[in-house]
Amino acid sequence: MNGRSERELADLLRIAIAGDERCYAAFLDGVSVLVRAYVRRKISHGGVDPEDVVQETLLAIHLKRHTWRPDEAVLPWVYAIARFKLIDAFRRRGRRIEIDVEDIAETYAQPEVETVSDRDIGRALDTLAPGQRSVVAAISVEGRSIEETARQFGMNETAVRVALHRGLAAIARRFGQD
Amino acid sequence: MKTDELIRAMTADASRRSMPLDTACRLAGALAIVLAAAAFMVTLGPRPDVLASLETVRFVFKFVVTLSLAASAFALLRILARPGAETRGYLPWLAAAPLLLAVAVTFELFAVPSSHWASRLVGVNSLVCLTFIPLIGAAPLVLFLLVLRHGAPTRPMLAGAVAGLLAGGLAAAFYAAHCPDDSPLFVATWYSIAITGLAVIGAFIAPRIVRW
Repeated sequence: MNGRSERELADLLRIAIAGDERCYAAFLDGVSVLVRAYVRRKISHGGVDPEDVVQETLLAIHLKRHTWRPDEAVLPWVYAIARFKLIDAFRRRGRRIEIDVEDIAETYAQPEVETVSDRDIGRALDTLAPGQRSVVAAISVEGRSIEETARQFGMNETAVRVALHRGLAAIARRFGQD
Repeated sequence: MKTDELIRAMTADASRRSMPLDTACRLAGALAIVLAAAAFMVTLGPRPDVLASLETVRFVFKFVVTLSLAASAFALLRILARPGAETRGYLPWLAAAPLLLAVAVTFELFAVPSSHWASRLVGVNSLVCLTFIPLIGAAPLVLFLLVLRHGAPTRPMLAGAVAGLLAGGLAAAFYAAHCPDDSPLFVATWYSIAITGLAVIGAFIAPRIVRW
């Protein structure tokens, strides 16, 4: 999928916040394309894995989506989060970088072609408590629904949702530590 | 986990919603006023001549300057808690309170003979001021730091300092109703020290608790 426009993404996120999962998936997908292009342009050589920063940014977007105001543009918000996560990643690796705000503007115009990373970061899952890990893995890696996961582990759906949410929050915290 | 797998997990988590940041800001603001008012009434209370004093310029000015600081800091805090929000239009407003104070100090220096400057500046209540502005502002500061934690500030240290200015401005407005020292010379000295203290504490704590 190509990079989507500001308007498309804002519409998708608005509908997603109202509770539409398919629009939310489309939003995150579209955002990941833009963020990947942005991050790859900024990371010219080793030290930081671009896909790590993409995932950190997506998680932050997910966990902090209540900070977006539906009457405002979504791309400046997305890129501010990506930039923050990128700088954070560099800082953790003990390097200093400068990012011009102007650089972000050109990213709006020309998103790069998406190439899906095959990288597997099972280690993010490995750090979770066993209960959370099996729930997050069932839903993400195995692609099961909340209902199927609940049945598989003999849990009720609320418990599955709680474990999933806490698991994602724990992964986000873990990202910030390594 | 690959990125599309992560997206799948986040999509399944979409139904879980947090309180919108703007709502949290307003809620914290209202609660901070209630808590500051409670702390003020329990510990100090307004001075006996508070109603009559409303007719004096110096007394009223204390509320003008402290509330303008609180208002500008609140507007800026809402911006700083949100990634990508433009601070440029709001940051200059933070200078409003110090400028007002500078003007008032100038007037005071003309209105009062120089032999009285020192006694006006020192006042009678400076220790109470330095104790109770931070004390009344403590609970509001905690609330505003929690708002920052709920939000996603990309400049947590600045945001924490602004949270401290907001808590300090609010606390100082209540404290002003108690304090018998109305001279802008007193306000510019002791209020500033107390409020700056809260701002420094906020700037120190925020980056440590606001991790996202």
